[in-house]
Amino acid sequence: MSSWIVALLGGVLIGLSATGLLLFNGRIAGISGIVNGLMRRSSGADWAWRAAFVAGLVGAGGLTMHLLHQTTASPARLPVLLLAGVLVGFGTSLGGGCTSGHGVCGLGRFSRRSLVAVLTFMASAIVTVFLTHHVFGGAA
Amino acid sequence: MKAAIAALCCGALFGIGLAIARMTDPLVVLGFLDIFGDFDPTLAFVLLGATMTTGIAFHFVTRRARPILAAEFHLPATRTIDLPLVLGAAIFGAGWGLAGYCPGPALVGAGTGIETALLFVPAMLAGSIAYRQLRHHY
Repeated sequence: MSSWIVALLGGVLIGLSATGLLLFNGRIAGISGIVNGLMRRSSGADWAWRAAFVAGLVGAGGLTMHLLHQTTASPARLPVLLLAGVLVGFGTSLGGGCTSGHGVCGLGRFSRRSLVAVLTFMASAIVTVFLTHHVFGGAA
Repeated sequence: MKAAIAALCCGALFGIGLAIARMTDPLVVLGFLDIFGDFDPTLAFVLLGATMTTGIAFHFVTRRARPILAAEFHLPATRTIDLPLVLGAAIFGAGWGLAGYCPGPALVGAGTGIETALLFVPAMLAGSIAYRQLRHHY
């Protein structure tokens, strides 16, 4: 199968997952928000669905990567990798969402807020890649 | 219990989708973001497939009075486009572009034991905690 069909199919599965979580649990499938909720004191039921979602994500996703022999690591060197992690955690908390919450779910709800967020993080990421790959040379 | 099982299945489907779509491969992500270099359009099809699905399905789901296993829908109430939204998205984008990981793929990569993902995830959680501390104090 051509790779773009596989990518489209993977995207549809992600969309169906988000649809399922909204239909059954009434929740937005935003990974950063779900994880952040786990680090907050909350009721047992609220904690349970979040923990279950993350367990399914990490377990089934990790297994699928293993079965598909996906072993690619990030090309970022250690200090850059850690800085990137902090920026992603801080930025998604401040901006109220990541690729899944604003991208997959927010755009699906035709939210103007999410559209602005998606255009902003896309532009920022493209500029960052341009600077690290083409201006300062080599993978960061 | 039923709600947790539903969430487990949705999480699993999400993770399988990310891996099949190869969004879990930082080089595919960085290739998509490298529009001035060796551009890889794969991720555009992932985003298209996902938003096409939610764009159609969410319309029907939100017409229901309530979700199947919960009392109400928890949808974001904020509608204003403000500085935290734009600044947060810009900061997130910079981190995404530096490492090629956003939260979901980083967690999945950690699940299969990829070292860079295992290092990225604690840093990401530290960033979230730092934000919460800042907000709590200022």
